[in-house]
Amino acid sequence: MDLDPEGIFRDDSDSDAEFHEEKEATKDLAVYLIDASPKMFAPVTAPDNAENGTYFHVVIDCISQSLKSQIINRLNDEVALCFFNTKEKKNLQDLNGVYVFNVEERDFLDQPTAKLIKEFSSIENIFMNNIGSRYGILPGSRDNSLYNALWVAQALLRKGSAKTASKRILIFTNEDDPFGSMTGAIKADMIRTTLQRAEDAKDLGISLELLPLGSLDEEFNLSKFYAEMIGLEGDELVQYLPSANEKLMDMKDQLRKRIFNKRKVRTLTFSIINGISIQVNTYALIRPTLPGATIWLDSVTNLPLKIEKSLICADTGALIEGRPKLFHSYKNQRVLFSVDQISEIKKVSNYHLRLLGFKPIDCLKDYHNLRPSTFIFPTDEEIIGSTRIFIALYRSMLHLKRFALAFYGSSSSSRLVALVAQDEIVNSGGQLEPAGMHMIYLPYSDDIRDAEQYHISVDAAVPRASDDQIQKASALMKQINLENFSVLQFANPALQRHYGLLQVLALDEDEMPDFKDETLPDEKGLARRTVFHALEDFKVAVYGQNHDQEETEHMAAKASGSEATRKRKMIANKATGESAKYDWEDLAENGKLKDLTVVELKFYLTAHNLPVTGKKDALISRILTHMGK
Amino acid sequence: MARNKEAMIFLIDVGPSMHSVLPEVGKVCSMFIQKKLIFAKSDLVGIVLFGTKDTNNELEKEVGGYEHVFVLRDIGVVDEADLETLNLPRGTFPGDFLDAIVVGMDMLIKKFNPKEKLKKCLHLITNAQCATKEPYEGTKVDQAVTIAHQMNAQGISLNCLIFRERLWGVENQQVIDENDKLLNQFSQQAVANIVHVDSTTSLLGAIKTRRINPVTIFRGDLELSSTMKIKVWVYKKTAEEKFPTLKKYSDEAPTSDKYATHEVKVDFEYKIMEDPDKIVPPEQRIKGYRYGPQVVPISASEWEAAKVKLKKSVKLLGFTKASNISRHYYMKDVNIFIPEPGNTKAIIAVSALARAMQEKNRSAILRCVWREGQGKVIVGVLTPNLSSVDKIPDSFYFNVLPFAEDVREFQFPSLSKFSSCQPDEKQQEAADDFVKMLDLTSSNGKELLQPEYTPNPVLAQFYRFLDLKSKDPGSDIPELDNSLKKIAEPDFDILSRNKSITNHFEKQFELKENSKKRKLSRHAWRGKPSVSDEKEVGKEGEVPETQSASLVKALPSTNVEKIGDLNPVQDFEAMMKRRDSSKWTSKAIKDMKSHIFYLLENSFEGHSYQKAIECLIALREGCILEQEPREFNDFLLDMCKKWSKTDLADFLSLMPSKNITLISKIEAADSDLTEAAAKNFPVTFNESPE
Repeated sequence: MDLDPEGIFRDDSDSDAEFHEEKEATKDLAVYLIDASPKMFAPVTAPDNAENGTYFHVVIDCISQSLKSQIINRLNDEVALCFFNTKEKKNLQDLNGVYVFNVEERDFLDQPTAKLIKEFSSIENIFMNNIGSRYGILPGSRDNSLYNALWVAQALLRKGSAKTASKRILIFTNEDDPFGSMTGAIKADMIRTTLQRAEDAKDLGISLELLPLGSLDEEFNLSKFYAEMIGLEGDELVQYLPSANEKLMDMKDQLRKRIFNKRKVRTLTFSIINGISIQVNTYALIRPTLPGATIWLDSVTNLPLKIEKSLICADTGALIEGRPKLFHSYKNQRVLFSVDQISEIKKVSNYHLRLLGFKPIDCLKDYHNLRPSTFIFPTDEEIIGSTRIFIALYRSMLHLKRFALAFYGSSSSSRLVALVAQDEIVNSGGQLEPAGMHMIYLPYSDDIRDAEQYHISVDAAVPRASDDQIQKASALMKQINLENFSVLQFANPALQRHYGLLQVLALDEDEMPDFKDETLPDEKGLARRTVFHALEDFKVAVYGQNHDQEETEHMAAKASGSEATRKRKMIANKATGESAKYDWEDLAENGKLKDLTVVELKFYLTAHNLPVTGKKDALISRILTHMGK
Repeated sequence: MARNKEAMIFLIDVGPSMHSVLPEVGKVCSMFIQKKLIFAKSDLVGIVLFGTKDTNNELEKEVGGYEHVFVLRDIGVVDEADLETLNLPRGTFPGDFLDAIVVGMDMLIKKFNPKEKLKKCLHLITNAQCATKEPYEGTKVDQAVTIAHQMNAQGISLNCLIFRERLWGVENQQVIDENDKLLNQFSQQAVANIVHVDSTTSLLGAIKTRRINPVTIFRGDLELSSTMKIKVWVYKKTAEEKFPTLKKYSDEAPTSDKYATHEVKVDFEYKIMEDPDKIVPPEQRIKGYRYGPQVVPISASEWEAAKVKLKKSVKLLGFTKASNISRHYYMKDVNIFIPEPGNTKAIIAVSALARAMQEKNRSAILRCVWREGQGKVIVGVLTPNLSSVDKIPDSFYFNVLPFAEDVREFQFPSLSKFSSCQPDEKQQEAADDFVKMLDLTSSNGKELLQPEYTPNPVLAQFYRFLDLKSKDPGSDIPELDNSLKKIAEPDFDILSRNKSITNHFEKQFELKENSKKRKLSRHAWRGKPSVSDEKEVGKEGEVPETQSASLVKALPSTNVEKIGDLNPVQDFEAMMKRRDSSKWTSKAIKDMKSHIFYLLENSFEGHSYQKAIECLIALREGCILEQEPREFNDFLLDMCKKWSKTDLADFLSLMPSKNITLISKIEAADSDLTEAAAKNFPVTFNESPE
């Protein structure tokens, strides 16, 4: 049996594979430095809700979550998990107060494995016993755990060239003044050496990022130390500072979002008018996540296979070298094209992106869509001044409520696109929508179907709802209201199951993890009295009082009365009778099925409720399959 | 196939007022026929012209009247010859579209038995600017109504494409209004669709050249709850028409073989990666999924066991503010939910919901499983689509929304925080003016480049080229014609009309190349002006074309083909790195040798020694890298032989100090010299007798 696991996820229309692929020239190497000082084990002050957890818990939670998505989406990225301010030490340099967490069969800085994620997410249970927490910077000792941690991280990141990998150190802490307990010359000295360490790391092309955890009563004060270490000034300082962390959830959200490195897809030249072209980067913010590439394995040895494709001439059986010409049948002849000609036809424009004009935003209809959108954000990297023009146009478009129509030309597709300005949306949980423009791929007339007219009524106007019916519908809408609906609230159940299965198999576990389909409607909510009444009111308003009864009568009439069903039944009965006259087992054994006529073969198929389509060979093989031969 | 046969007649106005657009009309018709030839060979097509000088139709012969209606091609299966006949003649009489409709209808009625199951339609292309004749009895409106009823009775539908580029003047207005009124009778009384277009680009897009058989994705209940359900059918509203898949051509078969298919089969072989000699039969394969560094094999049976089989259903999750769902979350092509045809209850229920949603600005969130047993769930948003035509029921559009896994929440700096890049007031004003100026909608509600009427230029080009090539295999790709060009390029009319605004905009903003970043992409940032831009180039900017061109040149390109005098070492290295053909390595070595000879032989008092040494070092390294020690060793020995007695001997004595020795066995396995022997050069050779 041919089972195609991806079938579940495949689009109804073949999705353009090239489009979904993100070009990943670089991989991300990250060292997570997690503060494990006793201060991190203080509960997060959450006045308004019962959620209680420690800062440490929040961090572990976020990192586990991001590792889980990383193992799926970012296979090549590598990560090291490193605690500092610990009792025990474990690192290559044998420095005090730094513990690099790891599992077997894995380097310190390596791809995450199923085992790593599993053990890391439950680390809190064993942390105190095995690793331990203590302040690493204390008066009277010359130890500097932060300095040590940076050193360890930097050493880990020696791997990989700066050209092909982006290297990052992410520091998770709730201590804004790590050297607060120190005084005098020792403090100054420690600050100086730590800053120098950070500076060295930056010189090596490693970026330092801080993920500060503040609380309501005590804001994380960057200016005490970290601003200088990370190298922030003025504007950036404000940007870095998260808004007050009112809720634990928000804090988690914020951390989670910041853990990921953003990757651009490509840089486009955007021609505004003749003589003015700016540059923008594109980002794929929304793309369907697929269950990852499959690799064919030899089922006997589980060794990976490589696929060798060869082109063979159908007439002579000769192997064809090089790229053959292409043809299209037309007017009973084969019209030949070279590969170059085809790519030349596809290249309608010399520009990546070319502005055609602007339209009011309501010209963009709900059905003007074909693919996920792409986000564009300006860059001054090659052309200085791009950002300024982009911002000016962006503001005008927001203010005048227009979108820009542009022509997007690439080798694989040339499309009209709508560029819709997106205002920044921020809430306490951080940035919800970044400011920039969304590029929406528009259909051509060839792609739009006049589906409304398939069943156009021939004689009379169709009925419309009355005001009363509309009002009942409004009342119903008020009852079934999803106030804060966000597209992010559902996990893809099929995908979750897929990963669940992978995880079980990867870790050799026996039991499938429990798994909840979040996309099911809230049956309890719908059964609430007020909702129920609103539903009933609406039903009566549009269908009349006796709808259910009418419906059952209608169904009954249909089931018994239909000419076609009766006929079908008759045929089936006849076939069963006919079929019984043959000794199918015997015929199959002796290969005599092929001597029967198609009509005779179909008796068997109809009697066993199998499809009767196909050629004689197909029918025979279907019969054999059904008999289990 | 046959059950979905379609018969259609084009009614084309070729009267004087249409002359300017006849070439485009011709193009769209031939594209239409071309696609029929490819996708629907059994469809029947007829062509009727009106506004011609001559008359040729059966009705005229039978009952008289119907002058200036000319049946160019009787209805029949499309064939290649049709493409040739589509050279539309220019008529000299004002066309009467009512006459043409009657003639077309008559043809369809005579040709087909009313019981025959096929779709019959008329395609009217006109500008409807000429008055129709007064009927013998009754009013024109009565006549139109009669015709419309007859069409209904015969199951004939009408598509009108009305082309009006600009309004002609007031005296004509009355006629136009009257004609519009007549045409409206058709849309009210019969199945008719009237489309107004105002540019040749839209004309090309307005006729659907390829008919797609509508197939439902889903038929069943839209469940508001377990007790309240609405019967709906779901179709696709948009679906990308893909570039046709071309087959690979094989010219292996002898030309004498008439029955050769010339097709290419693709053969796959599966080999174990570490042991390429071992071939694994396809049925012995198993799929593996990567999970981190691990590859997890999952057999079909494991899949079967783990697979969820979902029940076919479409369930409502709830309603939400339309603004909660931004436009850019729409993931795929769009579906349409229409109430079950003929089911009045469903039509009203959908209408009530859609109208309430429109009024209150709400969208509905649905969970859909289209087919029984499918493993995939879709969550999407339903938005109202109120019908403006009496005969079409209200419906919904449905867009797929992303799941949590599909969204990457990258954080971007706020645009207002780029303090150095904020436009000042004047610049903002210039941008505002620019956006207002480049408006693609006109005050009378007409919209340029509306997706509904904009053809895909790539497909149009392909089919044109296909046709040209079928006639002459050697033909070149045709130029993009003007109507199609308007899709890919800004409208120069608008730009030149508002030159002051564009110039002002240009002046307000300054762009410069980032000098720190030398990486210039292949597309020079000022853009290569395409042919039609050329006339505009003159006023272009501060950066002359030559500069960017020279910048590009100076960059080490990957395709160096010979060693130049300027950067011989770089050229050599680039050539050695070329992997497109092995000949480059040997060519590089050869060229480098002759370059070194050239340098030395033309050297004056050792001036070029330094350069020659550099080249020699590069050559040595290159030969080690490519494992070609002999090439280098022979060259070096050759040099010694040649020059040890000449005044170039001092160059030879320079070499040991620069560490230029023969290549030893240690450096390259192919060498037959030991390290010591290699080091001895050039001493040994100087001393040893010939």
